[in-house]
Amino acid sequence: MIAHAIVFYIFSLIAIVSAIMVTVSKNTVNSVFFLILDFISISCLFIMIGAEFLGMIMLIVYVGAVAVLFLFVVMMLNVAQQKNEWFNSSGRSSHIPVGLLVSIIIFFELIIVIGGWKYKPDLLDSIAIEINTDLTNTQSLGNVIYTDYIHLFQLSGMVLLVAMIGAIVLTFRQRSGVKRQSYFKQISRDRKDGIELVDVENNKGVKIDA
Amino acid sequence: MLSIGLGHYLTLAAIIFTIGIVGIFLNRKNIIVILMSIELILLAVNINLVSFSIFINDLSGQVFTLFILTVAAAEAAIGLAIIVVYYRNSGTIRVEEIDRLKG
Repeated sequence: MIAHAIVFYIFSLIAIVSAIMVTVSKNTVNSVFFLILDFISISCLFIMIGAEFLGMIMLIVYVGAVAVLFLFVVMMLNVAQQKNEWFNSSGRSSHIPVGLLVSIIIFFELIIVIGGWKYKPDLLDSIAIEINTDLTNTQSLGNVIYTDYIHLFQLSGMVLLVAMIGAIVLTFRQRSGVKRQSYFKQISRDRKDGIELVDVENNKGVKIDA
Repeated sequence: MLSIGLGHYLTLAAIIFTIGIVGIFLNRKNIIVILMSIELILLAVNINLVSFSIFINDLSGQVFTLFILTVAAAEAAIGLAIIVVYYRNSGTIRVEEIDRLKG
């Protein structure tokens, strides 16, 4: 029990510190690195409390895809020079105390809700899908996802498809002056456009592209 | 203190959520950091769902965490695409210079 507590405190401390570093670090590349650290420590917490599948999926999706996407965009946009300095920026900074006040109020509201929250005893009777301890976490999730939640699962696949198409459509651009393949022209080209029979005079040769 | 319960996880999620909120409110320079703060907020929500799911012994919380994960990935992709397009058109992604809507 004590080891569990120690490991929880270590991981959550790392998670909180790296979350703070994400928002305050001056270099955007560093914030992406701290974001990766944050995701990894949270997924360690997930694995620790018994949601192994979600922990691993967090690693794959967040660290493997999202954070790499962030890194890619940061490096592509060359924003490393655009410093992220929000406390010492001059002028027009009247929103900082208000923003801090509102966030502190939000934090205390969340804490008050957690502290005063008692779930009703009949909540435990209304459990939709009880966790079966005989199966592994992945197995029991798979039992549920492909049966009870199949429509939501397919809808989330739809969300990913729409996001993919949206990202492609947004970033697609046609540059002028770039030579590219045109399938229609290639297919509709026939013999008399491409081939010309020329009678070549002796010792004179042919002018090409005349 | 030493027996880790639901309250510990909820507190951790609340702290991370608030850090994400602070990152959105106070950031003035870089819009990518705002997107990362949104990811932090979604991560805090995921922590809440998973810890409730474990401590109430109900699996559906983890299923919904999967869906939130999907939405978060899609949101990051779309948001970064918008940022790339905006950077291509205006040459900057500093928050204080994005004022075309005069809001």
